[in-house]
Amino acid sequence: MEQYFHSVRIDRESCTGRMACMKVCPTQAMRVRQGKAEILEDRCIDCGECARACPHNAIIPQTSSFTDFSRFKYIIALPSPVLYGQFRKDILPGTILAGLRKIGFDDACDVASATEAVSIAVDEYLSTYRGPLPLLSPFCPTIVRLIQARYSNLIDLLIPIDSPMEIAAREVRNKKTKELGLRREEIGIIYLTPCPAKMVAIKYPPRKRASHIDGAIAISDIYYPLVSAIADMNNELREEQELVRGIGLSWPVLGGQVSSLLAESCLAVGGLSDVERMLEEIENGKLGDIQYVDCHACPQGCCGGSLTVDNAYVTRSKILGLVARLGSTPCQDRERIRELYQKNYFSLPGKIPSRPFAPLDKDIAKAIEKRKRIQETYETLPQINCGACGAPTCLSFAEDMVLERAACEDCVVLTARQACTRASAPSALSTNLQGVTGGSQLAKDQKL
Amino acid sequence: MSEEPLFVQRFEVGGRDFVSAGKASTTIKAILREIGVHPAVIRRAAIACYEAEMNVVLYARKGTMELRVTPKDIRITVEDEGDGIADVELAMQEGYSTAPDEIREMGFGAGMGLPNIKKNADTFTIGSVVGKGTTLEIVIRP
Repeated sequence: MEQYFHSVRIDRESCTGRMACMKVCPTQAMRVRQGKAEILEDRCIDCGECARACPHNAIIPQTSSFTDFSRFKYIIALPSPVLYGQFRKDILPGTILAGLRKIGFDDACDVASATEAVSIAVDEYLSTYRGPLPLLSPFCPTIVRLIQARYSNLIDLLIPIDSPMEIAAREVRNKKTKELGLRREEIGIIYLTPCPAKMVAIKYPPRKRASHIDGAIAISDIYYPLVSAIADMNNELREEQELVRGIGLSWPVLGGQVSSLLAESCLAVGGLSDVERMLEEIENGKLGDIQYVDCHACPQGCCGGSLTVDNAYVTRSKILGLVARLGSTPCQDRERIRELYQKNYFSLPGKIPSRPFAPLDKDIAKAIEKRKRIQETYETLPQINCGACGAPTCLSFAEDMVLERAACEDCVVLTARQACTRASAPSALSTNLQGVTGGSQLAKDQKL
Repeated sequence: MSEEPLFVQRFEVGGRDFVSAGKASTTIKAILREIGVHPAVIRRAAIACYEAEMNVVLYARKGTMELRVTPKDIRITVEDEGDGIADVELAMQEGYSTAPDEIREMGFGAGMGLPNIKKNADTFTIGSVVGKGTTLEIVIRP
């Protein structure tokens, strides 16, 4: 049985079984049993929507905390460029990096410059690739997981280019090891993440190659100390020359990655339902005239990640403001990046394995039989997807029944209907509920 | 010997219903995934289903798709009520299409639908009666 590490964990103490998580889960991976939420491990794609929806904060992102890094001699913060859009407009990236150094990191390094380099590498890949199109962006870990699970035919379309956070981490570790005379393992590199899925990408990279990053702290966890540190900073520190620049700053917004490319026929898609529609079309052999599709689980791209603080739309406008101010000056020499690209500096070897959701049965004959029983069971259910049984839809409830994870009596509608039959009194239910439970049909049947 | 396991489901497809177009194929694909059919086989089935479904949407008044899955094969029968195809042999040729301009405008009607189904199917039979409709039977074996 494959083991899964997930971006979120349910705190059973705090869970009150309100089912908000179950209703938003895009892969129907949530169930509520005996009043507590549970995750069907093989189906979770780490999008974090459940944590966002939970009214009691009972779904906890599995990010790191500061104390997890006490084993390192030197700790470097690597903030996702999303962080740059979380502050007032006049607070520029250089100031934010200085603020991180004030709150306890030994150093803080910009990722936008590595992002620009990766953007050039993506362009190189696209311009030399001769194979089926469109290619897919590999940078949203939830999308990669979705493709591994449901669209394994599209795995080879994910381009084998490493992510900006990994490139930045590798470069800064090499640099600091030399500068400080420390061993590589004495330096801790911490990504400041806008979403919990990055933690999975760091701990279990899909190509099973060790990450250059040692952990990830949620942007929301460092935000308040950082805001006050910045507020306390004197102007001298603040007016340090702004070194962060380049088109990499645009990546946090949906469409930013695509706009940073030279390639012309590219597009960006945000939000899991729209992404799924797009992947379906690609699987049906459509969209072959498009070169590259950048898919994100979050509708606004990374700036709408569940571990950010500011409103996604406000962040978007601030990021676009930064791009207008600092984005047009390149921070990388395209020729140098091309040379590095030729030396496979950005490439990721190894294949991404397919990781499908568990089939109904390993034996295909039994699986067919089970699917048939699921359909038959489903036909007897009210098909209103009320969720009261603890499964998100009547179809998933039927599946749970056939797989013996749920019992027929868990359906409150059927149970109410039966209670009325026994009492021979459908009028025990309100007229409205008679409609819902099929009680009016019951009344007719009884007259016959 | 017990009866061979068989899963059957029928789908209605509406002519010119572009809002729902592709939904039957998407559902069929999901069912095959749940059963645990190999992804490469699902891909062939999905493309064949999608092309067949789009043919109903684009050219017929209405139609049905029936999916039958056994351990040995996946069988998709598509029956539509429509104008039918006058020359089936010609319709099977790559690039041949009777699609009017508006369908071509939408990116369909390149004359690849039926050849594409044939390419992805292990067995493909087609029958058509002008003025009545067309019947396809697609068989895909793992």
